[in-house]
Amino acid sequence: MNTIYFDNNATTKTDEEVVKAMIPYLSENYGNPSSIYKLGRESRKIIEDSREKVAQILNCEPNEIYFTSGGSESDNTAIKGIAYSYLKKGNHIITSKIEHPAVLETCKQLEKEGFEVTYIGVKENGIIDLDELKEAIKPQTILITIMYANNEIGTLQPIKEIGKIAKDHNIIFHTDAVQAVGNIQIDVKNLNIDSLSLSAHKFYGPKGIGALYVKKGILFNKFINGGHQERNKRAGTENVAGIVGLAKALELSYSNLEEHNNKIEKLRDYYIDQIKERIPYIKINGDMEKRLPGNSNISFRFIEGESLLLNLDLKGICASSGSACTSGSLDPSHVLLAIGLPHEIAHGSLRVSIGKYNTKEEVDYLIESLVEIVSKLREMSPLYEKFIEEENK
Amino acid sequence: MEYSKKVVDHYTNPRNVGKIEKASGIGKVGNPVCGDIMKMFIKVENNIIVDVKFKTFGCGAAIATSSISTEMIKGKTLEEALKLKNTDVVDSLGGLPPVKLHCSVLAEEAIHEAIADYYRKEGKLTEQEIKEKCGLKEHHCESCGI
Repeated sequence: MNTIYFDNNATTKTDEEVVKAMIPYLSENYGNPSSIYKLGRESRKIIEDSREKVAQILNCEPNEIYFTSGGSESDNTAIKGIAYSYLKKGNHIITSKIEHPAVLETCKQLEKEGFEVTYIGVKENGIIDLDELKEAIKPQTILITIMYANNEIGTLQPIKEIGKIAKDHNIIFHTDAVQAVGNIQIDVKNLNIDSLSLSAHKFYGPKGIGALYVKKGILFNKFINGGHQERNKRAGTENVAGIVGLAKALELSYSNLEEHNNKIEKLRDYYIDQIKERIPYIKINGDMEKRLPGNSNISFRFIEGESLLLNLDLKGICASSGSACTSGSLDPSHVLLAIGLPHEIAHGSLRVSIGKYNTKEEVDYLIESLVEIVSKLREMSPLYEKFIEEENK
Repeated sequence: MEYSKKVVDHYTNPRNVGKIEKASGIGKVGNPVCGDIMKMFIKVENNIIVDVKFKTFGCGAAIATSSISTEMIKGKTLEEALKLKNTDVVDSLGGLPPVKLHCSVLAEEAIHEAIADYYRKEGKLTEQEIKEKCGLKEHHCESCGI
């Protein structure tokens, strides 16, 4: 059975061109970038060329880019590093309730260490309220960290406005842009971003490599002690092949962003329209305008997400859900609860995230499969039975 | 997390799905908040469970445990059915991932509730006697905190 992959917000298939670009640095070009001889200098050069490519795309300086192991490390580094560095100025941090655990758990850790954190809510569409953000600001606020695009419901936050508010109050603004980079245009200067996390495997690059942008002049602590790599911020011999792959993937993403996005958006909208038409009692989560091109998140009432995923898996389809059973925790997704979904509707959510390799035939197969599976699961759902009985009264 | 072949078989082709019109007893347990509800219908003749059907809202493990437990009590006397333990259900499924064990408790509870419902309708036993015989207890699920 073919694998039909609709989980591109979880990770993406590495582009073959990216793999091709990486291979020399996994084989003959094995030099340590810190070494002085030619083999080492070649590795150094490719890292710096890659850094320049990344900087160019984000519209910043190469020395404002630090390579990391991925999104979680970038978020941890930025938030803790900035918090510790500015502790003399204040101890208050503002974030949102719908952040990725890499941000939420880091903030919780800082709370244990004596920092104060305000978690602002989101409206029903998953977007923060700028007035609530302004009201949360205190004299001792040192950092605002709000994600660019949500990983579950795809919502895009008003980053430029948030950056402006932070700037006006002389507060540092970090954004977890892991879902956004490679999928939408990003200009850190224009968007007033001081610090940003990105991860290569979300845009057809390899896993285990990411980057952190920190604007020149903003202090943050060294995050791995040891050698002097990454301008003495992150010790450890660089992941040369990963860095090359990241830069190549980013370059490819932005070389035909519009074309890809048009195709992806069209498929996503077609999927949502068809589901709306063919399956009753659903709820579309998130905002339909301010949203990542490939993301969709739909709650199918009266059924539970894990059984939906298992049935899709039997048909070769990969997707994800915000149900408790699939989150590994006991509650359904904190994001779905934050947009006000009742538990039982959050349990029945399905995230389908479309990517550049998906075809209309695959989307049609997904739709047909869902129509069949949802009806089968509803037939065995006591919640559906009860609902229909009440409807018929 | 990996499910056993038997679990996959049961959530792929669940046995005895549906409801019994004029059931002798109906047991409903679970809570939509924690994402699991099980409804068990039994038909009893001469103290024997001659038919059993279920409806479940829940994950793959919940569906599989419902399905296999209906097979395990069909044709059994009420006393035999009451002896069915969640560990028996788990064993016959070839095991469940630890986080899913509470689903098997739900199946046992649903059977006990359905039999208790039968005794209530029959009207021969007092509520206290039914509670004791069926080992009814308040549903307490540590996993969902209810």
